[in-house]
Amino acid sequence: MKNNTWYKTILAILITIIHLIPIYIALTVSFKNITDFSSYWTLPKQLFLENYKVAWQNGGMPIAFKNTIIITGVSSILIILISAMAAYPLARNNSKFNNTILTMILSVMMIPPLSLLVPLYVLMRKVGAISTYWGIVSVHLAFQLPLAIFLYTNFIRALPRELDEAALIDGCSIFTIFYRIILPLLKPVTVTVLIMTGLNIWNDYRLSLFFLQKPEMKVITLTIATFFGISGANPNVAAAAAIMAVLPVIIVYLFLQKYFIQGMVESAIK
Amino acid sequence: MERELKRSNIMYIPAIIFLVVFIVYPFLTGFRISFTDWDGYSQTYRYIGIENFKLLSRDQNVRIAFVNTLIYGFGSTFFQQILGLAYALLLNKPFRGRTLARTAVYLQVLISPIIMGYMWYFILKYDHGALNDLLGLFGIKPVLWLSDPTIAVWVIVVLNTIQYVGVSMVIYLAGLQGIPSMYYEAAAIDGVTLWQEFRHITLPLLYPSIVSSVIINVIGGLKLFDIIRALTGGGPGYTTHSLSTLIYTTYFQSQSAGYAAAIGVLLFVSILVSTIILQIFFKKKGGDYIL
Repeated sequence: MKNNTWYKTILAILITIIHLIPIYIALTVSFKNITDFSSYWTLPKQLFLENYKVAWQNGGMPIAFKNTIIITGVSSILIILISAMAAYPLARNNSKFNNTILTMILSVMMIPPLSLLVPLYVLMRKVGAISTYWGIVSVHLAFQLPLAIFLYTNFIRALPRELDEAALIDGCSIFTIFYRIILPLLKPVTVTVLIMTGLNIWNDYRLSLFFLQKPEMKVITLTIATFFGISGANPNVAAAAAIMAVLPVIIVYLFLQKYFIQGMVESAIK
Repeated sequence: MERELKRSNIMYIPAIIFLVVFIVYPFLTGFRISFTDWDGYSQTYRYIGIENFKLLSRDQNVRIAFVNTLIYGFGSTFFQQILGLAYALLLNKPFRGRTLARTAVYLQVLISPIIMGYMWYFILKYDHGALNDLLGLFGIKPVLWLSDPTIAVWVIVVLNTIQYVGVSMVIYLAGLQGIPSMYYEAAAIDGVTLWQEFRHITLPLLYPSIVSSVIINVIGGLKLFDIIRALTGGGPGYTTHSLSTLIYTTYFQSQSAGYAAAIGVLLFVSILVSTIILQIFFKKKGGDYIL
């Protein structure tokens, strides 16, 4: 077996190269001066760090990072609380009514955000939620809750019912059972929920594009779009901004790879 | 127990409130707006019946966006299954370089598609772009990757495939790990060829994985928005729009809310019908798989 895996190694290296090319090219561009007309493939002769400085100072990157961190953090915490709570009765009380509710919650995932653009925008404007933290957090909550409830419900269903029943005989109320017994057991699936929904919100472009219009409310994806969108803008500075934007995700991923992959599997397969 | 459990039902009320206010209610008003001539700003509007939908069926731009949406949805799903399965088969058993390739493939899934799209821009742009530079070394003339409509649509399909092939791969890897090794051992004793083994053991036993992967990819692909915004913005003209990007343009640039809402209804119906057809095709009940 061992002796004929060399061709696999070559294929694996090819795959790696193809998937890393965009990041490699963006890196070389980001370290070159705009007056450098060498091919994007070649490494810069010297590291031109000015692009990073300009991108950080002039393009609103610090504010974008702040906003993204606040929005992702607050949304994720609320999603975990609300969906864990919602999943408990949906997993344990399998009445016809509850099963219908669960099916409806899951089918919400099929509604494309863009088909809601007009009515949702009208609603948000009416209640003054455009360009506010609470507005965008509410929308993210609504769009991420189904996935989170799906993950929690599957997890709680796999926990033995005897846990709940024993506690009930001891005289605990159903809410105490949830809080004291079930909640502490949800740690592993909470990691998955946090990673999947947190990543979706961190990477979101379309909802932020509609509902965050003031410059001081921009998130990272919107700021990057501005860097690339202005005609006559410096593409090398834009590349530096893009690299800064993806760096945190790459670093977190390299440290927590196992959890990311587990999250992808669990949210795709029942 | 029963009575106590019934009491616990109030625990899902907060979630329901968010879903009703921000998704179900707008979803229903969307239908209502699609029957009006509202511009999105005025206080007044008229109900014009199915006028918007009539207009929509004759609108060349909507037709192009509709066809593109199907190409984006089903085209990238097709390539993602082939490539995802090939990657999974290659990267299933340990060998030197396996972890490296897996890490690189997953990495793209985690990067925001809008930023990924902008990074590809440096590769695909006509003048001085990395890909045209590379082709130039072999004496091939530069290609208009993003401004030739026919090419641009397929470039978007390919880029979406490359970015999200990791999702299919991870599903197939999980599926492959679930196949008991005794089947392969039995096959080895019978002396079957690699192709027979794949055709009669691997493929049938991967069926549930194929169903999940196809449905997730089709729904994701039909919603495509970010990468189009980053690379072509729907242009040149209206040639590379998906229904999603067309709705955005119609609402914010042409200021016709009623019409944009009608395209929204068309988008929703396309996804619904595609999912139902797939579900029937796979003979699975709705709700069994994440939608």
